Amino acid sequence: MSDPINVPKALSGTGSWLDDRFHGARGLRVLMRKVFPDHWSFMLGEIALWSFVILLLTGTFLAFFYVPSSAEVVYHGSYVKLDGLKMSEAYQSTINISFDIRGGLLLRQIHHWAADLFMAAITIHMLRIFFTGAYRKPREVNWLIGIAIFSLGLIEGLFGYSLPDDQLSGAGLRIFEGVLQGIPIVGTYLAFFLFGGPYPGTQIIPRMYIIHVLLIPGILLALITAHLFIMVHQKHTQFPGKGVTEKNVVGRPFYPYFMASGGAWFFFIFASLALLATFAQINPIWLYGPYTPVSISSASQPDFYMGILEGSLRMMPAWEWHNFFGHTISWSVLIPFALPLTIILGGAAFWPFFEQWATGDRSYHNTLDRPRNAPIRTATGMAAVVFYGVLWAEGANDVIADKLQIPLYTVTWIARVLVFVGPAIAFIVTRRICIGLQRKDKELLEHGLETGIIRQLPDGEFIEVHRPMNEEERAVLEAKKVPALLPAPGSEDENGVPAPQARGAMGRARAIANRAFAETVVVEPNGHANGHGNGHGPAAEEHAAVRAGDGHAELPGGDDGHGGDGAGGDGSGGESGSS
Amino acid sequence: MSDMEETEGPEGSVAPHRVIGTPPPTGWLIGPEDGGADKSREVEVRGQEVEQLEEPLPSESDYPSHAARAEKVVAACFLIAFIAGCGFVAAYVGLEIGGNVPPGANVVDAVLRSNLALGLSLSVALLGLGFGALIWVRHLMPDVEMVEERHDLRSTDAERAAFQEYFEEGAASSQFVKRPIVRRTLMLATLPLAVIPIVALRDLGPLPGTSLRHTVWSPGRRLLVYGTNQPITAAEFSAGGGMITIVPEGYTDDLDALAKAAVIVIKFRPGELHIPFRYQGNTLIGSPNWAVDNIVAYSKICTHVGCPVALYEQTTHHILCPCHQSTFDATTGATVIFGPAPRPLPQLPLATDAQGYLVSKSDFTQPVGPSFWERG
Repeated sequence: MSDPINVPKALSGTGSWLDDRFHGARGLRVLMRKVFPDHWSFMLGEIALWSFVILLLTGTFLAFFYVPSSAEVVYHGSYVKLDGLKMSEAYQSTINISFDIRGGLLLRQIHHWAADLFMAAITIHMLRIFFTGAYRKPREVNWLIGIAIFSLGLIEGLFGYSLPDDQLSGAGLRIFEGVLQGIPIVGTYLAFFLFGGPYPGTQIIPRMYIIHVLLIPGILLALITAHLFIMVHQKHTQFPGKGVTEKNVVGRPFYPYFMASGGAWFFFIFASLALLATFAQINPIWLYGPYTPVSISSASQPDFYMGILEGSLRMMPAWEWHNFFGHTISWSVLIPFALPLTIILGGAAFWPFFEQWATGDRSYHNTLDRPRNAPIRTATGMAAVVFYGVLWAEGANDVIADKLQIPLYTVTWIARVLVFVGPAIAFIVTRRICIGLQRKDKELLEHGLETGIIRQLPDGEFIEVHRPMNEEERAVLEAKKVPALLPAPGSEDENGVPAPQARGAMGRARAIANRAFAETVVVEPNGHANGHGNGHGPAAEEHAAVRAGDGHAELPGGDDGHGGDGAGGDGSGGESGSS
Repeated sequence: MSDMEETEGPEGSVAPHRVIGTPPPTGWLIGPEDGGADKSREVEVRGQEVEQLEEPLPSESDYPSHAARAEKVVAACFLIAFIAGCGFVAAYVGLEIGGNVPPGANVVDAVLRSNLALGLSLSVALLGLGFGALIWVRHLMPDVEMVEERHDLRSTDAERAAFQEYFEEGAASSQFVKRPIVRRTLMLATLPLAVIPIVALRDLGPLPGTSLRHTVWSPGRRLLVYGTNQPITAAEFSAGGGMITIVPEGYTDDLDALAKAAVIVIKFRPGELHIPFRYQGNTLIGSPNWAVDNIVAYSKICTHVGCPVALYEQTTHHILCPCHQSTFDATTGATVIFGPAPRPLPQLPLATDAQGYLVSKSDFTQPVGPSFWERG
């Protein structure tokens, strides 16, 4: 089939040389033939990966010129507006990177945009994983690694944008210090040890620097590597479709296809970041001025991924315990600092195991769920999105108040109410929508797609012609898997012994959760073909005939045996006159 | 690259003739034994151990004429990328910035020009590569869909049993189980080593002590206007005016001191000020007598998490922290009227010195800034 390709001597020599020493041919060949399924949403994780690569590249460049020092200098550089000002060496070197190093401003801005893109991509990637149930067995560990990467990214970002030691980031650092102090018992010590004494001191810049350029990137690199290796080892998940099973992967091989498209994707992401850095100014630290604890500007906002913490701090009403056994507990700092992220990230980490417990499902899952087919999961996810979104938006409450001309306190009060009410509404509405979409799927499976063609039957009745689903569509629609029902609460066997799983308070809770997870719109497999005409009396035969005439014959087999099953279900299938 | 399917069975794999579709010996990407062995062995190597389940990749595009067009587009993309990449180098060399711009030229403009040229050329180069590669994959490479079997992740029971067996053998042969004294002393030995990293962090900073309770304000220390660093007399204030930021004399550049000692001063019209006497335990922490001529001084460090409370609304006398919108009523001793701050801003006792300049009567009588565990 294929013509032999003459491999250049250089390549063949190197290949032989390497394989003589590493025995790589067999393993590499398997890796090269690794099949990657194709779906746009699988590129989200890649955005995060490539952003990380770009962060490493640009960060290395910046580190050549950045000086991690709080030593005070008087600026006499090329940006004359700051001339004669006292500032830290860190701030001065960042100004120099921006104004005196060719390409410095560009790479600084790419670095900052890449950090934002990294966090945004991880967020959306995690939403994709969650809503499609890709975290299920055997991928729980990779889900947890992902959460760890996200959490480390938060700290890495906070430290990164604090390094220039400008007025804006200094305010963020001050808040960080204030929050640290608010931690009971150890808070004051934590703050003093991190800052090397009273705030701000001169230690924090070099310490953040080494954490930012070595410690966290090192851990991130290890985690990302593990994340990828596990993904390759366990193979990619895939969406349901024709020919897709739990036992296979359908897609294109890594070499040459995925290699080339993945490379293209890297260039596109790099190009997007370069375009942003060219045209969209980010963090113009020379406008903010050097840090002093005395000043601040209004509408001070952190980078977007910190918005949830900022918003929860803004939303929290004043609440503090004085003289709690001689101590102070500052709830108005502690709760916003710890609670929302614990709910979001802790909840995300906990969820796969909760779902396994509630559904009793211990099997492998390699094909993804459509969100509608897991209403409780999807509704919980949407509730979390709304919870996060309200807190995040509240982080810009002053800007919202200003732009929309709503009083500031009103914005905060709306957020205070919405943070509780919003997730509840989102949960209920999403669950209803999911079940509604399941009904629609059932319609499509059982009756086909409405074509808009109206036919008149010989006896005068008008009917709309339905087109049965084709194979690809059926494969998607029929991929729904419903968790098995566990024994109901209080159910007992013939000897009056309750089922072991349903015993006790945990057993009852589990049974209730199980009922919620197992709720579904039951589809009668292929019951549509024969049973549908029932109730239309004499029209039934005509009905079936019309539908058959419109392509029903394409359907494989019709599986008549299921007519009886349908009748057993709710009787609508009936004793069909048409069969 | 080659047709694995052709080398079927053990007979086929050792066939002396060259297998159809495989390249001649010189073309091996990875030849056996430094590429010098005889032909039959090569074929054997090629055929054995390779699973026979895969389809070969197609080598021809599905639509040759379309592919020919795509080839030109891809080449054009790569050419553009090349030119743009050269453009980047040219812009780097050609556009000077910073100290190298001619005297009188605008430094900011020069940087923005350089940024635009470098960024645009880099973006175009990357886009050229991206589009080229993408069109290559989509329109030049023949469309394939491959199916790969998933293998069970779980080891077989036999494998698990063998693992466990060897693990137990190892445990037994290491004597770890049999000799508890070794086991326990080993665990004991690691304990201090596990604590050492935490202990060794002790010298990261001094203990807080009472440093959070004090600021550099002391009896008779002058209030200097932030920015000009000049002392100020009560008469220089205009009533009902704005809020002035004050730093303590002698510490105008000491960020550690300012982080606690920054103060705001407001002058009110007669009758506007209603500061009550406030106590914490037996300590007076707020007093109308600490004002001088209707001038009152509060800590500028927010009691929430320490941002400077920098916004002041003259008509309502509200002080607002821009970070989290804690709002304080300046007329009643900076009491909290909205937001997360748990306490009023501490009030600094004021007096005037012999020259009539505003001075502090003493330090703050309570810790300024955010709450902390030891605050009480």
